[in-house]
Parts: sequence; C-alpha cells; structure tokens
Amino acid sequence: MITGATFWIATAIKVFAIVFGLVNLGALLLWVERRQSALIQDRMGPNRANIKIFGKEFRVAGLLHSAADGLKMLWKEDFVPPGADKLLYQFAPVISLVPPLTLFAVIPFGPSIYPDNLRRVFGSEGWNAAAGYIPLHISVADSGILVVFAMASSGVLGAALAGSSSDNKYSLLGGLRAASQMVSYEVTMGFSLVGTFMVYQTLRLEQMVQWQVDHAWGIFVQPLSFLLFFTAAVAETKRVPFDAPEGESEIVAGYFTEYQPMKMGMFALGELVEVMTSSALITTIFLGGWQFPFLKLDGFHFELFGIAKPIYMSHLAVVIISALSFVVKVAILVLLQMQIRWTLPRFRYDQIMKLGWRILLPASLINILLTGVVLLFVNGR
Amino acid sequence: MAAGTKVIKKPKRTLADQSFVVELVKGLGVTFKHFFKGLNQMRPGGPRPDVTNFNYEDGIATLQYPDEKRPYARRFRGVHRLTHRANGEPRCTACLMCSTACPAQCIWIKPAEFPVGHPSRGHERFPEEFVIDELRCIFCGFCVEACPVDAIRMDTGIHMTAIDDRGSFIFDKKKLMSIPSQDGDFVTSNDRPEPGDKNYGGITRLQGH
Repeated sequence: MITGATFWIATAIKVFAIVFGLVNLGALLLWVERRQSALIQDRMGPNRANIKIFGKEFRVAGLLHSAADGLKMLWKEDFVPPGADKLLYQFAPVISLVPPLTLFAVIPFGPSIYPDNLRRVFGSEGWNAAAGYIPLHISVADSGILVVFAMASSGVLGAALAGSSSDNKYSLLGGLRAASQMVSYEVTMGFSLVGTFMVYQTLRLEQMVQWQVDHAWGIFVQPLSFLLFFTAAVAETKRVPFDAPEGESEIVAGYFTEYQPMKMGMFALGELVEVMTSSALITTIFLGGWQFPFLKLDGFHFELFGIAKPIYMSHLAVVIISALSFVVKVAILVLLQMQIRWTLPRFRYDQIMKLGWRILLPASLINILLTGVVLLFVNGR
Repeated sequence: MAAGTKVIKKPKRTLADQSFVVELVKGLGVTFKHFFKGLNQMRPGGPRPDVTNFNYEDGIATLQYPDEKRPYARRFRGVHRLTHRANGEPRCTACLMCSTACPAQCIWIKPAEFPVGHPSRGHERFPEEFVIDELRCIFCGFCVEACPVDAIRMDTGIHMTAIDDRGSFIFDKKKLMSIPSQDGDFVTSNDRPEPGDKNYGGITRLQGH
C-alpha cells in the first residue's frame, strides 16, 4: 500500500467523492423515485420546473424539481417548537444522516489501483508490484463489517431522538416505533450475515469480495442469507412497506412531524442515502462487489466448454470496468428497492414485529446451523 | 343444509402466500410491466396514447392541462358573446329579459331609444351599455334561453380563464361583442328581419296607426 502524502491525498479524494457523490445522488434518487412511481401508476411525473436561458425553457426531464425543492426548503422558516429539547432537536437530523454516510468508509468500490502500472497488464512483464497500490475503499479497518453494524445501529438514535425531543405525541409514537422496529431488524441483519462470515472466513469487506472473485458470488453460496439480509435492509431504511414509524394515516409523519423543511430534508436524504448504502452492502457481500463476470485482474477469461480464451486488458481499463460494474449493481438494487416500495402496501405494526421476530430471526438461526453443518462436511473435519 | 344453498370453499393460505416471496414477485411483475410500458411511451416520439380523446387507452393517462386540452362539447356553456346584426350593431333589443331571468343577477343593461326617424324607433330599443359580471355568473344559460332575439349566446367554447384583477371580469358591450363563436363568426344563423329591412314581414308603424 502507498503511504505518506500520496495516501492522504488519495484518501481525501475518496472521502470527497463519496460524500459529495452520495448527497447529490440522494437528490437524484428523489427524482428517480418520483419518475418511477409516476410511470408505475401510469402518470408522467415531474416535468414542469424549468430554467429560462435566453428565452428558452430548459426542463431537463424534471430534474430541476429536486433543485427547486432544495431551494424551497432552504428559504422556509426554521422554527423550533417551544417545548422541544433544543440541543437534541437540532442534532437528531444530523445523527440520522451521518451514519449511513460513514458506513461507506469500509465498502470497497473497486479493486486496488497500482498508480505506476496503469497501462500494463496485471502480472505481466514489467509489472511493478513494489511501487505500491491504493485500495479503493476509504478505511482499511480490520473490524470491517463490524463498523457497518455499529453505524447502521446508531441510525436508530436519530429517529428516536427526533421523536423524543420534539415535544409531540405523534413524534414520540413514531420515534418509539422506529426504535423498536430498527432494533428488531438489527438482530436479523447481524445473524443473517453470520453464515456469510463462516463461508468467507473474514470480516473485511474487501476480502469478502476477493473470496467471491476467487470462488462464487455470495448469493449462490448463501441464498437464504441474501433473502433475509435484503428484507432486513429494506426494513432498516424505514420506507414502505416498513414505514410504520412514519405512518401518515395514523401518526401524521411520525418522528419528523415537528421538523421544518431542511431538517426534514436531512431525514429524507438520510433515508435515501441509507437505501444506497444498504444496496452497496448487499452488492459487496452477496453480488461479488466490484467484480464483473469473467473479468479477472488481467482481463476477461471466458471458459466455456473447456475452451479458455483470455482477453488481456490494461490495469486502468480493468479498474474502470470493475468500478462501473459496482455502480451498476448498486443502481439495479436501488431501483429494485424503489420498485418494492411502490409495489407493496404498508405492513401493520404487529405484522412487522411478527415478521422480524417470528420468521426472519428463526430463519437466520437455521441458516447459521445449516451453513455450519455443510461447512463441516465440505471441510471434512 | 337448506336446498339451493351454495357452499363456497375458501381458498386456503399456502406457505407460498404466507412467505410473501411469490406474491412479491407477482406484484413486481405488474409494476415492472407498467414501468417499462410507461418508459417506452415517455421516450421522445414514443407511442403515447392521445389523452385529448375520450377513448381511454391503456398507458400514460396524464393530460398536461394548459398545453393539452380535451375539446369541449359543442353545447358547452362558455363565456357569453353578443351577436351582431348585418350592420355590426348589437342584435340585442334591450328587452331586459336576460337580466330578469338571471338568477345570479350579473347582467346589467342600460336601454336607450333609437333616434327619431330610425326605422326601429318605437319597435325596439338598443343597449347603450351591456355589462356582465363573469365572476358572479354561474353559467346556467338562462339568459340564452330567455333571449327572444338570439342576441346573447354562450357558444364561444371559451372556458373562463383566471385573470388577476376582479375588474377585468366585468365584460362590457365592446368586450362581449368582440368574442367570436367557436366557429369564428359574430352572427347567428337564426335570421331575424328588422324593421326597415326588405324582407321584414311584421306590422309597420303605418299599419299600427
């Protein structure tokens, strides 16, 4: 790994790219969600907001609605309810937005870059491995997935604090619901991944991806675990069909009833960023991360009917294709989550709890047991 | 069991139903079908159904109102107009029947006599001022029904648009006479010979005396 000044510069670039990218993609997702829901419901979706330049209207396919929303939110009055706990009330939106952003620190979004060997084929003549590499994830933490769990569970705090500090009974109910729901699904989330740890023999996400590159994608090795984790991850985002904490028809807007536009926007943005991070996690753990099918570090290796025909590519091309394939996988998962959000009606609160504790949790425990038994026979010990 | 009673079997819940997975995939199939159909129709030049017609086709049903409009029926009661005579004068004879019939009391007419020597003097009057408050109007069409000379009509096909000051809603005689019918003319096909016209068959002043 490259150390010294280059390391810090590279890290700063990575941090900036991820934070800037995620926050802006959140605004884009707002548009995606509106357009997608519109098309599902045989409508057209947002297309009226426009900018007039030299007398010509530019509508940019309705993208400007997100910008208009942001402007509107910024210009509205920032009002704090008189009975609210001032400090916690102000901090709650930050607490709900920052953890999903932080979570991205350990997710690898591409293979390691060897800056001195960009034009050479990996492992070929003249490949200078001693020159060092830059890993394409921000934090090189041994704890890996534990950071993810820590951050994901601290997201509960945002909703719970918002509910308790608003001095509003609807908010309190919403906060309670959010806390209990997220804590419940946190359990399943953790247990459903234990099976994958047993297979991958590591907690570090980049090593998990490497295992999948060498063997097979996690979704084929641990299908039940994938299903459970996906459900739990959707529930964690507090969106329909698991949006009991918001429940418009019951408790107004739940824990952010008392919040004014931009803070409410931070909650909404946090939700959308959470959708992206959960998709990135699922991609990393179950869908081979940045791996493009048949793409090895030195190029494509198609092996069909015993005929092997490698197509060698430069290191730079491989890195770009890998990073793009990560982005595409995440995008597909995000769209799938949104599609589910517009397909299923909301679960009742007791149904959510029943699903979490009576179905998902036992199923994840059974998955651990089965994985252990299979591994015992496979490893022959 | 009484005769003629039909016992309906309730479908049992299967494991597939309760696990939600099968039903979720089915539901996703429905939403994805609509999504891709809509996506195809929304692309530039895509086969978007013509929403301005009333043959409700499948597909995107959004009508972008001010840009796209569904045509009104021909009998639609729109903004009033005053029909013209052949010489461009208003056809109205200031009989005040419309303003009397009006339930909203939004028509005000100031009648005036024709000058001495005018063939119509003594037969009918003319409106010196004719004002309709379109904000008060309830578009019931009673004025059109009441008019004996087909002078006021609501066949303009114009939906009352929003104007940002109330004064502009008060239409005077000039304004009312400047609005054409939905066919673009200012007259009416119901012919009415006036005193002094060659084909006037009514009683003349001479006969009256």
